[in-house]
Amino acid sequence: MSLTIDQVHRVAHLARIEISDSEADRTLGQLNEIFALIEEMQAVDTQGVEPMAHAQDVAQRLRADRVTESGQTDQRTAFQSVAPETEAGLYLVPRVIE
Amino acid sequence: MIEHSLQALGTALAAREVSSVELTRLYLDRVAQHNPQLNAFITVDEAASLAQARAADARLARGEGGPLTGIPIAHKDIFCAKGWLTTCGSKMLSNFVSPYDAAVIARFTAAGAVLLGKTNMDEFAMGSSNETSFYGPVKNPWDAARVPGGSSGGSAAAVAARLAPAATGTDTGGSIRQPAALCNLTGMKPTYGVVSRFGMIAFASSLDQAGPLARSAADCALLLNAMAGFDERDSTSLERAPEDYCRELAADAGPLPLAGLKIGLPAEFFGSGSSPEVMQLVEAAVAEYRKLGAQTVAISLPSMQLSVAAYYVIAPAEASSNLARFDGVRYGYRAPQYDDLNDMYGKSRAQGFGAEVKRRILIGTYVLSHGYYDAYYLQAQRIRRLIANDFAKAFEQCDVILGPTSPSTAFRLGEKAADPVQMYLSDIYTIAVNLAGLPAISIPCGFVDGLPAGLQLIGNYFAESGLLNVAHRYQLASEWHLQQPAGLV
Repeated sequence: MSLTIDQVHRVAHLARIEISDSEADRTLGQLNEIFALIEEMQAVDTQGVEPMAHAQDVAQRLRADRVTESGQTDQRTAFQSVAPETEAGLYLVPRVIE
Repeated sequence: MIEHSLQALGTALAAREVSSVELTRLYLDRVAQHNPQLNAFITVDEAASLAQARAADARLARGEGGPLTGIPIAHKDIFCAKGWLTTCGSKMLSNFVSPYDAAVIARFTAAGAVLLGKTNMDEFAMGSSNETSFYGPVKNPWDAARVPGGSSGGSAAAVAARLAPAATGTDTGGSIRQPAALCNLTGMKPTYGVVSRFGMIAFASSLDQAGPLARSAADCALLLNAMAGFDERDSTSLERAPEDYCRELAADAGPLPLAGLKIGLPAEFFGSGSSPEVMQLVEAAVAEYRKLGAQTVAISLPSMQLSVAAYYVIAPAEASSNLARFDGVRYGYRAPQYDDLNDMYGKSRAQGFGAEVKRRILIGTYVLSHGYYDAYYLQAQRIRRLIANDFAKAFEQCDVILGPTSPSTAFRLGEKAADPVQMYLSDIYTIAVNLAGLPAISIPCGFVDGLPAGLQLIGNYFAESGLLNVAHRYQLASEWHLQQPAGLV
């Protein structure tokens, strides 16, 4: 199996990574080499094998929905100090709805 | 002092033969002297480190110190540390000063250890050579023209060059063990779930696990004591009673300390896939283990050959999902110019991520996309089960599995950088362990033309203590792990 240049552009769009035509060309070759390696899997009969999603066969814990950071529950200022653009406690992004 | 074990450093600190400030100063000076050449550290903050050292000295003066109090430790830049730049080796996080501590950082702080600095790494831990870092490649202290391995390459180079007594790393497909092998260190990947991943920047969540990189198994045991433990903030953290990973090491075991131990030698690790010189050293280590009383048994891991293929579906799939959070909105890099919201995402991510990270996000997005999920992701998960079953069957016949860590010694900078598939195949012996979620350790086993080679020991789930002991007994009988690179005194 090999990917097409259209598929590279489509996947890049889905991943929200802008890609130029020349970059897409280069990427296509590399991805096809990687998929040639991955295709080794297809020769294996895995009928009836339970997929292993996790390294441990344990159910993930549930937790109570409660405040756990006592004393300093308002960390908005600290967390927003690393944001590219904020105003009045809000994250700023380009206008979405005209 | 720079050749002291962690235990010896702890004893010297407790006896007030040296202060934490003196020790931290010593290592900060070594970093200042050698880091321009090695590029092992991304961030050093002398004032912050020395403040922690002063606090450690005060604690020691009160007689309240523990085994790691006052010892400087370098941390891979994947661990968030409050007030410290935490980049994960990426332009995307080149402006990210963490507002909180990772669990691993907090546990070391609670133990009184000093944060010596943040070490270089492959971008988002994706790489086997430390060449994908936005901050440039790390040089191997054994030969500056060669890679230190990756992705924890900065941590490995720092410890190998004695710029830090010990360091932390993370291992998704070999990222602790392979750099340990290439830099003559001891590095352990614990069982998945033993060390909390809270605040450890996620790459592939079903595989990522943190562990120690140090100069001996005994040092690793001491570090793991500080790192391991249940944390309710990590939903994959396992609730287990605390363990003292040093206890087996201290036992007086007599002339045949490993009598009764069965070491499995998988045919797949002893085929033609490795350099003959590395395999000679591995065979010599096997002979040494027999002298220590261990028996060997031939085993097979037939599905292991599929591990690289399955890994390069599962890890990129999980990475594409984890790295979706880097959107230029809440933290991290945002492109300077853009039109609308989608353009901002597309440009920020195109400019903020390097080539290897983008490649893996694209692979992951593709294998998870409509129509391909069953053929790739589900098939990879089924193969993952076959690999885990192979190990389960093997551990019915043996206690520990032995083989090389890496098929070769350190390769040259640039040698594999342009060929992703060749780079991926350099992790052929380590990846299966992550897929199964098992613990494993790499220890030094000799040199080929002056370059170190690593021996890998794999244990069953939660066998860290036994693995450390098996490694320790070899280190009591050998001197490979004591060798240090020339020209760095």
